[in-house]
Amino acid sequence: MLRSSQPLMGPNRKRCREDEVLLGTVLDEGERGFIIDTRSAQAAKQARMTGGGTEPKSSYPQWRRLHRPLERGRPLQESFIKLVEACNDPLINMDRWLSRLESCRWLSHVKAALSTACLAAQCMDREEASVLVHGAEGTDTTLLVTALAQVILDPSCRTLAGFQGLLEREWIEAGHPFHLRCARSAYSHARLKQEAPLFLLFLDCVWQLSRQFPFSLEFGERLLLTLFDNAYASAYGTFLCNNVKERRVGREVGTALCLCKVKESTHSLWAWLNQPGEKKKYLNPLYSHNALVIWPSVEPQSIQLWQGLFFRWIRSSQYLDEAWAEIQRLVEGN
Amino acid sequence: FHTLFMLQVENVKLLDRYTNRKAANGTLYLTATHLIYVDASAEVRKETWILHHHIATVEKLPLTTAGYPLLIHCKNFHVAHFVIGQERDCHEVYTSLLKLSQPVKPEELYAFSYNPKMSKENREIGWKLIDLKVDYQRMGIPNNYWEITDVNKDYEVCNTYPPEIVVPRAANKAVVVGSSRFRSRGRIPVLSYLYKGNNAAICRCSQPLSGFSARCLEDEQMLQAIREANPGSPFMYVVDTRPKLNAMANRAAGKGYENEDNYDNIRFKFIGIENIHVMRNSLQKLLEVCEMKSPSMSDFLTGLENSGWLRHIKAVMDAGVFLAKAVKDEKASVLVHCSDGWDRTAQVCSLASLLLDPFYRTFKGFMVLIEKEWIAMGHKFSHRCGHLDGDPKEVSPVFTQFVECVWQLMQQFPCTFEFNERFLLEIHDHVYSCQFGNFLGTCHKEREDLKICEKTHSLWPFLLQKKQELRNPLYRGFTAYKELQPNTLPFSFQFWCGMYNRFDKGMHPKQCVLDHLLSCMSQKMKLEDNASELENKLPFLDGPLPSEACSLSKVGCAASKTPMLNTPQDYEGEPPPVLSNGTSAGDIDVTSDVDQKYKENLSHHRDLHDLNDAIDVLDSEAKDGKPQHH
Repeated sequence: MLRSSQPLMGPNRKRCREDEVLLGTVLDEGERGFIIDTRSAQAAKQARMTGGGTEPKSSYPQWRRLHRPLERGRPLQESFIKLVEACNDPLINMDRWLSRLESCRWLSHVKAALSTACLAAQCMDREEASVLVHGAEGTDTTLLVTALAQVILDPSCRTLAGFQGLLEREWIEAGHPFHLRCARSAYSHARLKQEAPLFLLFLDCVWQLSRQFPFSLEFGERLLLTLFDNAYASAYGTFLCNNVKERRVGREVGTALCLCKVKESTHSLWAWLNQPGEKKKYLNPLYSHNALVIWPSVEPQSIQLWQGLFFRWIRSSQYLDEAWAEIQRLVEGN
Repeated sequence: FHTLFMLQVENVKLLDRYTNRKAANGTLYLTATHLIYVDASAEVRKETWILHHHIATVEKLPLTTAGYPLLIHCKNFHVAHFVIGQERDCHEVYTSLLKLSQPVKPEELYAFSYNPKMSKENREIGWKLIDLKVDYQRMGIPNNYWEITDVNKDYEVCNTYPPEIVVPRAANKAVVVGSSRFRSRGRIPVLSYLYKGNNAAICRCSQPLSGFSARCLEDEQMLQAIREANPGSPFMYVVDTRPKLNAMANRAAGKGYENEDNYDNIRFKFIGIENIHVMRNSLQKLLEVCEMKSPSMSDFLTGLENSGWLRHIKAVMDAGVFLAKAVKDEKASVLVHCSDGWDRTAQVCSLASLLLDPFYRTFKGFMVLIEKEWIAMGHKFSHRCGHLDGDPKEVSPVFTQFVECVWQLMQQFPCTFEFNERFLLEIHDHVYSCQFGNFLGTCHKEREDLKICEKTHSLWPFLLQKKQELRNPLYRGFTAYKELQPNTLPFSFQFWCGMYNRFDKGMHPKQCVLDHLLSCMSQKMKLEDNASELENKLPFLDGPLPSEACSLSKVGCAASKTPMLNTPQDYEGEPPPVLSNGTSAGDIDVTSDVDQKYKENLSHHRDLHDLNDAIDVLDSEAKDGKPQHH
């Protein structure tokens, strides 16, 4: 599975031999690959007007392009804000609750993300074909798809250590701009242009997988909530900045250059999480290594609103916590 | 099962939302009681059983290339879509099922022929398992204020009540009889539940025949007696579970509701729960949503909301919560009624009891609750569940809603019930199956006339026998939780996939936590038995402890979780257009090779194949820029 950003085709349909050779080397003679473009065909075509574009079949003959539009940017942030507003509305009427839930479209985005990740996984597992995923910049929906597909396909990504490695690889080092995307969250009126909850959407999808395959993830909901918290505000440097360069070298803030030197100046979230005393809080007592691919159902009945996150401060989790304690007790056999 | 088949048909396919027309061929059998479909094509023989009594509707669908379709909708929400090779066979199955699924006389019901190998004594013991008198004793009755009276022993007061009812001691026979003349169908106020903590009582009845201005001294005395049976509170609530408009409309027919001016110290309240017709329609709409093939999230949520189903569930729950709060927090007695006091009243009273008393959350207690508030108190199971060929307007999912309220409570309080979801589903199945006599007929008298106790079996021993599968592994015991205070905000009500899409296996979590935990429990019990056996041997040993005893404590749950093989569904997106009769256009379009249903493990995906062509179109110099169809 490969990821990239969009080819800079432009209105004049530029070609780039090196790019074609590069993608050509991925596939053997006669093999075919799939390109999953996370923009609609329309949007991808329009991107040419601003210098972007798609891979034309004539130049990339072994690759089949599939468009799976996934929401990103402002619309996704609005979706998130609307959902949080609906969840927090004390006057919400039973007659309106579901249509409000529907109108914010968050669950539709979850369904679309899972479906696309499954498609990528299907290409690899069932078609035994290579897959290239990209959207426009390659930093948002692209990472959502590649990371989720790996959780679906690869049992090692479902272990606590493997999942951390996946996050480091597919989100942090891959350059998801956390600083811009996870700035103010849903309550702020600031409505920053670059803010969008892709990472939260990813965590929500992982939560859906944990619900459908309760034995297959080594970690539980608590880890996902902790990651959500730390992406937005953290005592640790793991999610700081927007990419590796900024973390090492620094970034421009206004006119001054801010030397981040994250590794030297901050502590790692993983180091803290992995301490034996902490770690056990994040483990799933039902975990049992599952070597197979986990194929989720994306029927609406199978996708639920992540109550542990969205009603976290609204409704007590006492009874559910007691249930998990019972599960732990039962499974440990004492 | 019966080895004598009434009918056997070959070349039958069973379709579901995941298989396509190329489903395997199997054989359909009809026995006197069941429809059985056998698919012997795969390595593992697969049988699908449908009880005739469970069949709600059978429809013939238009001919397709695969054959003659027959769509069966069941009362437990199983939907079976068969395609039969020959038209003659299809017609024969159709007419047979129509007849078998609509018995006319009670004697035709399964319960009268069901014959498990059981001695007569055991069968009788089974009927005696649940004794309502014991539950009243548990509440402390008889006591100074309440007594069990046999004034109705010949059904003279009310022919839909049981022979023994609980009334205030202060209400003498004249009061009881007088009140019965002022209540719809003679259903006088009687005790449902007495809260031992403070003497507050939940009582139930039917609507008064008050019209616009009628009064009845005895009825007023009856309510006074109930109120005075709870000296701790200066007033009592009278709750009408109907919407105000409906109750008011009833006044024109000489019925109606209690006038606060005529009854001393009552606080009257409407809690609007809609009537049986609204509920029937709501369920119908819900099931249509459940049957949608590949709906979008929007389709589903909008459809769910438009059905109003969860709104009604919330209304019932809110009413139960109100009753429980009134009794526990305000220490006030409550008298509940609807129109006839056997639908909404039953729901609300039984729910309130569950919220207040942990006993009803045990196996035994739940059985008692159903026997008391539903069976004894005359909920018309036969009519509401359509046991016999009768008036379709009497059919309504009243008991289903109650069962769902219990399930909703289980979601919020996972450790508080002794039983699990499967227990609820089994009870629900058997309310419709008529395999056992408990739910036959409409009231106690009718069951007596049908001689249920002599001719049929009770459901309860049957279920108790399966206790190990039906128990809740997370149950923390009787004393862990007292009263339950559920959250009733809209988001707290979840869609019950396990009931309404029960047979769509692909939709449910692919790994079953319940089974795993149950096997952990049974393993634990076995190990504990071994441990005590070994411990008993200890004093007789000279020398070091046997190594087994030491390692027992370290053994966790080694139950195997065989890795489940699951296959991807169709992640493609655009659903095939669904016609109003439920078929999809793909079935009818004989010439099209577009097959949009789920494929099994094929090396070549149709979806991806077709899109190759679409992409070619895009790449060409098309000027109209039409958005691509996925």
